[in-house]
Amino acid sequence: MKMKELLFKPVFENNPIALQILGICSALAVTSSLQVTVVMCVALTVVTAFSNFFVSLVRTQIPSSIRIIVQMTIIASLVIVVDQILKAVVYDLSKQLSVFVGLIITNCIVMGRAEAFAMKNPPVASFVDGIGNGLGYSAMLLALAFIRELLGSGKLFGYEVLPLVTDGGWYVSNGLLLLPPSAFFLIGLIIWGLRSVHKEQVEDEEFKICPNTVKEA
Amino acid sequence: MANNDSTSKTITVALVLCIVCSVVVSTAAVLLKPAQVANKQLDFNRNILAAAGLLKEGVSVEEQFSQITTKLVDLQTGTYTDAVDAGKYDQRKAAKDSAQSSELTSDEDLAKISRRENISKIYLVEGEQGIETVILPVKGYGLWSTLYGFVALGSDLNTVVGMGFYEHGETPGLGGEVDNPRWKAQFQGKQVYAADGSVALEIVKGTAPAGSAHAIDGLSGATLTSKGVDNLIKFWLGEGGYAGFLTNLKNGEA
Repeated sequence: MKMKELLFKPVFENNPIALQILGICSALAVTSSLQVTVVMCVALTVVTAFSNFFVSLVRTQIPSSIRIIVQMTIIASLVIVVDQILKAVVYDLSKQLSVFVGLIITNCIVMGRAEAFAMKNPPVASFVDGIGNGLGYSAMLLALAFIRELLGSGKLFGYEVLPLVTDGGWYVSNGLLLLPPSAFFLIGLIIWGLRSVHKEQVEDEEFKICPNTVKEA
Repeated sequence: MANNDSTSKTITVALVLCIVCSVVVSTAAVLLKPAQVANKQLDFNRNILAAAGLLKEGVSVEEQFSQITTKLVDLQTGTYTDAVDAGKYDQRKAAKDSAQSSELTSDEDLAKISRRENISKIYLVEGEQGIETVILPVKGYGLWSTLYGFVALGSDLNTVVGMGFYEHGETPGLGGEVDNPRWKAQFQGKQVYAADGSVALEIVKGTAPAGSAHAIDGLSGATLTSKGVDNLIKFWLGEGGYAGFLTNLKNGEA
């Protein structure tokens, strides 16, 4: 596979959130403000890329019986290092992200790429694949955060864009968009949009729904 | 690849991986520790400034913090003390140390903190007419966690200038609304003490009566957190906390 394909395919055609429906948890939780989202995206991309790289580096040595634990250990170590760096460099943001950085460990995207790609491919390709999937995740999260922050609190990156009624402006903010469930609706709409364009993403029906019949007693 | 699955190989891989990972993690932790501690202190100072309503955007926290004087208060006598070094005094550690704290009986222990340190580190903003703001650290149990914060009183030692918590683990969106600036703003201008000297500042359930000098709206959906905040105010500003010190300060005897 070509590097370019590895890098950009996960963004639209094989998006980890929109197509594989992985990593939804943090997509709901951190997207109420763009600033926090950007940090989360960078953290996840770095972790996915490096965990893929290291897993791929030792892939020929990993006994299959403990491979998941080995991957988890590598991922967990990387996440702790990232968390420590965030605490040392951007303390305010790490306070807002709180537990979600730690939860990157359980993010299905990281684990999924390590198991599905890095175990079978050379280190550099795996690294690029990690970045690609991180970008796919980031694209989705940034889109969500853009909509949620703009319409939910009338701001972008904390700067006022739509003046709020409470501050003497004209925009009545949509409080629902600040709550996690709104991200569900938005992800649903985005998936619908993506599948209307890329028809091949629509799965075959697993079973056919029969018309409702009423049995006479 | 079959030899990878032998028992000895499995154990070797596991061991080597654990050692490498633990070295990486502990190196990162040790190297970044100084920066993290500095950040925490900066955040702490920023919260002190925010509680006093002094925090300004665009000016460094260190610079703004220079107008604040740190003092130690002996809570038993209600006077200033130099018994320990203010720079090194760790109030949280002291609260757990039986030599530096006293046990509270269940009647006294409104804030559910079980032990209270004997010496508290307070912060003063001094102007030309003497003390302008007194910032007092407070803590108490809410629903899930101990809330740590500050209450700032104006020069009459009765009017609240600001209030804020810098650390808590209450439910986001419910009890976590103690961080909501609009809720915190209600504290400004409220009177702590009633005419008879008892602590009258309170969090009421539902909406506070309009124009009340002491009552603050309860947080909806967070009865126990509101109760916790109410209790910690009653405790720390009452006889068990800073009441003695504030009286002394008012009479110029601190």
